[in-house]
Amino acid sequence: MSGGARAVLAGLGIAGVVFVILWGAVDLPAVGHYLGPYGDVVTPLAVFARHSTDAVSAVNFDFRGIDTLGEEFILFTSVLGVTLLLRQSEEGAKGEGESEDRAQGRPTPSTGDAVRSFGSGMVGLLVLFGTYMVTHGTVTPGGGFQGGVILATVPLLVYLSSSAEIFERIAPRRLVEAGESAGAFGYVLVGLFGVIAGVEFLRNVVPLGKTGTLTGGGTTVLLNLTVGLEVATGFVLLMLAFVDEALQRRRRAQR
Amino acid sequence: MALTVALQLVALCLLAVLGPGVVLTRDPVRQAIAVSFFGLVLAATFFLFRAPDVALSQLVIGAVALPLMILLALTKVKNREAEQAQTKQAEEGGS
Amino acid sequence: MSVYGFLPYALTAWLFGWGLYGIVSSRNWVHLCICLAIVQSSTYVLLLGIGYRLGAAAPVFAQFSASTAAVDPVVQALMLTDIVVEATVVALLLALAVRAHQSTGSLDPSASCEMRG
Repeated sequence: MSGGARAVLAGLGIAGVVFVILWGAVDLPAVGHYLGPYGDVVTPLAVFARHSTDAVSAVNFDFRGIDTLGEEFILFTSVLGVTLLLRQSEEGAKGEGESEDRAQGRPTPSTGDAVRSFGSGMVGLLVLFGTYMVTHGTVTPGGGFQGGVILATVPLLVYLSSSAEIFERIAPRRLVEAGESAGAFGYVLVGLFGVIAGVEFLRNVVPLGKTGTLTGGGTTVLLNLTVGLEVATGFVLLMLAFVDEALQRRRRAQR
Repeated sequence: MALTVALQLVALCLLAVLGPGVVLTRDPVRQAIAVSFFGLVLAATFFLFRAPDVALSQLVIGAVALPLMILLALTKVKNREAEQAQTKQAEEGGS
Repeated sequence: MSVYGFLPYALTAWLFGWGLYGIVSSRNWVHLCICLAIVQSSTYVLLLGIGYRLGAAAPVFAQFSASTAAVDPVVQALMLTDIVVEATVVALLLALAVRAHQSTGSLDPSASCEMRG
């Protein structure tokens, strides 16, 4: 099919999709006049029945917990896919580069002072902020997903502001992989608490704490922690998969 | 409330301009920066529409993690191209 | 419906159309992945518009009582996990692009589409 014919076909397709979206949107209630019952039903339930002042977290991990389980496993599978895709080409090169450089202990090119000091200063702040975000998921806006990604940027900041050896020491591949599997399995395990208690999977059976404190929310708190662990380690693995080859290249270039 | 509505309209119009801007930037490295800025404005829009959780998530992902992965992928591709050029040069030099 | 009431939906259609145009006319795998991220952003705007209530507060009740009018938290929960999943799916596509570059030598989609009969 020639380029011109393809362009016409694509144009027709795009115009059709845009028209259908607009046609459907005409019948929706105008923005700002939300009619639906679910939001108004869920909000008082989240605060009074689940002791969680952040209604979005309660919906994510309690009312629609199995949806979040599915999304977490999409993340898990994507990280698995990326690691598999990008590891095959590394097999031969990794062995020789690693042993040679470790034996001789060559230093890597040093980063500038400004980058190093700024990076080291930010690391502590980011770890604190990420942990705060994960643990306060049921009280204020935040939660496992947001806090996990913030925590995942910490090893990368260490890699950028200091050397690759320190990066590999604080985020060794096996530990990160174990953490990710633990996070994913932890979610299922907390869901199984409900089954063990005799009711359905992912039911909130842990004692609900006081509303507005860190313990309010029951299983929501535990699920926040497992999701935070899984998202943080998942993103570190993603970055490791992309950065691996650059790490080896640096070592091979210093031989 | 009128101020909020005005800010929301401004944010939505800004998104309408930035979206095609990101698409029409053909160079991937420049596009990574453009999509980072788009993510930032989108996070501000979420915040203006009273969605702080989503704004946090979008800010961290769309302005930090996504451009990071794009740039890492581009670095990997460039390294591989440099390596291929090197081996080709070595072959031609030797033969 | 006023302009304000329809604008987010119109923005959805606009971004979706532009993103699709970017995907179809792309000459670089990485550019294609980023245009896909634009398409995904258009769905977030749609969900945002559906749940919003004029003059209402965010669905977080740490400071005030639970009976104040709030926007819909269910739609926001959908968007939240969706954003994180978007990032990982784009990462997977970028890994595929890197592998495609390894086997064909270029990041151009048309370089990998030859079908030999």
